[in-house]
Amino acid sequence: MSSGTVVARFEIPYRGCLASDGTLCGPLPAFAEDTELLQRLYRGMVRARVFDTKAVNLQRTGKLGTYPSCLGHEATHVGVGAAMRAEDVLFTVYREVGTKFWRGVDMLDVLLYWGGDERGAVYRRNPQDFPFCVPIGSQMPHAAGAALAFQIRGEARCALVFIGDGGTSQGAFYEALNLAGAKALPLVCVIVNNRWAISVPVSAQTAAQTLAQKAIAAGIPALQVDGNDVLIVRESVGEALERARRGGGPTVIEALTYRLSDHTTSDDATRYRSASEVEAAQRIEPIARMRSFLEARGLWSEAQEQSLRRECSEAVETAVKQYLATPKQSTDSMFDYLYAQLPPGLRAQREDARRYAALRP
Amino acid sequence: MVEAINMAHAWEMAHDPLVVVLGEDVGANGGVFRATAGLQQRFGAVRVQDSPLAEGLIAGAAIGMAAQGLKPVAEIQFMGFIYPALDQIASHMARLRNRTRGRLTCPLVLRMPHGGGIHAPEHHSESLETLLCHHPGLRVVCPSSPARAYGLLLAAIRDPDPVIFLEPVRLYRFAKQEVADDGQALPIGDCFVLRPGNDLTLVTWGAMTVDSLKAAEQVAAEGVSCEVIDVGTLSPIDFETILDSVVKTGRLLIVHEAPRTVGLGAEIAATVAEEALYDLQGPIRRVTGYDTIMPLYRLEYDYIPGVARIVDGIRTTLAD
Repeated sequence: MSSGTVVARFEIPYRGCLASDGTLCGPLPAFAEDTELLQRLYRGMVRARVFDTKAVNLQRTGKLGTYPSCLGHEATHVGVGAAMRAEDVLFTVYREVGTKFWRGVDMLDVLLYWGGDERGAVYRRNPQDFPFCVPIGSQMPHAAGAALAFQIRGEARCALVFIGDGGTSQGAFYEALNLAGAKALPLVCVIVNNRWAISVPVSAQTAAQTLAQKAIAAGIPALQVDGNDVLIVRESVGEALERARRGGGPTVIEALTYRLSDHTTSDDATRYRSASEVEAAQRIEPIARMRSFLEARGLWSEAQEQSLRRECSEAVETAVKQYLATPKQSTDSMFDYLYAQLPPGLRAQREDARRYAALRP
Repeated sequence: MVEAINMAHAWEMAHDPLVVVLGEDVGANGGVFRATAGLQQRFGAVRVQDSPLAEGLIAGAAIGMAAQGLKPVAEIQFMGFIYPALDQIASHMARLRNRTRGRLTCPLVLRMPHGGGIHAPEHHSESLETLLCHHPGLRVVCPSSPARAYGLLLAAIRDPDPVIFLEPVRLYRFAKQEVADDGQALPIGDCFVLRPGNDLTLVTWGAMTVDSLKAAEQVAAEGVSCEVIDVGTLSPIDFETILDSVVKTGRLLIVHEAPRTVGLGAEIAATVAEEALYDLQGPIRRVTGYDTIMPLYRLEYDYIPGVARIVDGIRTTLAD
């Protein structure tokens, strides 16, 4: 081989379908013939947003702990949920309520979790998905491990793992992708590039032109999609999952979106980004375009919109009532889930905690 | 002892199809200490898998596998390389059962060599049990003989919770013992009273157990009767056995290889002081590794407490 020969090349394709005004900017996926599914995708996004708005309000009024809003991420979150099969396993960061709801996690669970109650991670109708993961990037090896378990047992299942733009700076991100590539694991990683890791923009996070290309080093095919387009997210993630299920190995999908909210309710994004940037992002947000798309095809009406909003608000209010009426766990619960059986040495500490709990009003 | 560890792997893999082995060089190479020798040949490359060289990944992937119902036995090549895995161990492995109220669990074993004494390079001889014992939700086990390594490893694999299994490197080759390959586990969570005695309680674990027994033998010739307790499970620790012994002997000496400050010996001393101070006839003493960086190997036996230091410790404790 002569010196100067190019020994490797890569490309990152971009995919989009719905433009920000709801017109088509790419081919419509085949599943779009299923008009009921199109409406469900829209409903899922609205449900997430109505919940999210309420959750932020609950925090503002002192009824919920710190909460990370999903505002603006609904298309990516719902599109992923809709692409997965029930038997697949989901590994999230902490913002993906749209995916969680789609997979049967209750609004009550999410409220309990951010309301300081571990029972919010007991997903009654979804026993295998992992709970929210707060230490950035650390969910990646779990997903790779689950995918390895599917491969070892010869199961046609996939692990779907979310990570944020900041998360792709973590070693665990690359370590897990490296394993997935080396063993051709049934893993799909969705990088939610919402442009901001708290106050640090992607441009300060990395010099890489795309986050998707970080997969190339692990030998994994990657693409970038419009993360505000629920159709292309559903389509691209669905294709990647099917390929993984057939033994075709992992895929990394970078979904371009924008965090329209503060990082969490404890954050003030006006400290580090301009109002004009947020306004520009607001004009390309995911829900309005899907509504325009559906309306243009005669699949959605103002009456349906009103009815959906009412239905979502009622569901949220019911969940909030249940949440606020849920008594706190017993002090024992701090001890009772540490091990399958409480070690004898911890009995005295449990008794002590009980005694003082009884003294508090 | 390494043969006993290998035998326990093989027994459990033969009897439980859910057991899988992963780690660096555990496959064709059989592990750098040969703890997994022959397992890939016998059980195949699906159940015995070489991992990429990333300790955090090994620990983290094992969590995902365990939550999916497999029983991974994962090897970290040396304890000095545990640091990248600590995030996964502390943030997830120890907490998964608790944070999901028992919905997801982590029935896995993370094995690693522990301690020094075999002329290994830098970062290959650390005793870092304190880092792990500070995390509720983990069991930390450290065998001190081939038979206990066999029985405790079987128990660790069968345990429904994550077990960190520390294997004293000095004992891998030096500790020789016939071990029946009968699949019999030993209890996790119990101390082992290795030598009964009445004058002094000597509490230790891992490779220091061997030196402590030698020291006890030496002072026995002078008429001193030491009760030697191998802690065995470092967390959660069986204080009952230790306290019963101290109540009987009235004297306590703790011996460990790890540095003195915030070593597990401090926790044992504090608990005995809280629970049995009036049964003590003199101050609790510790013989430990120094509060220094583990030296390169020319000085490693200047660091590791030897029989002479332990004998002096026994005499000092008895003299007060």
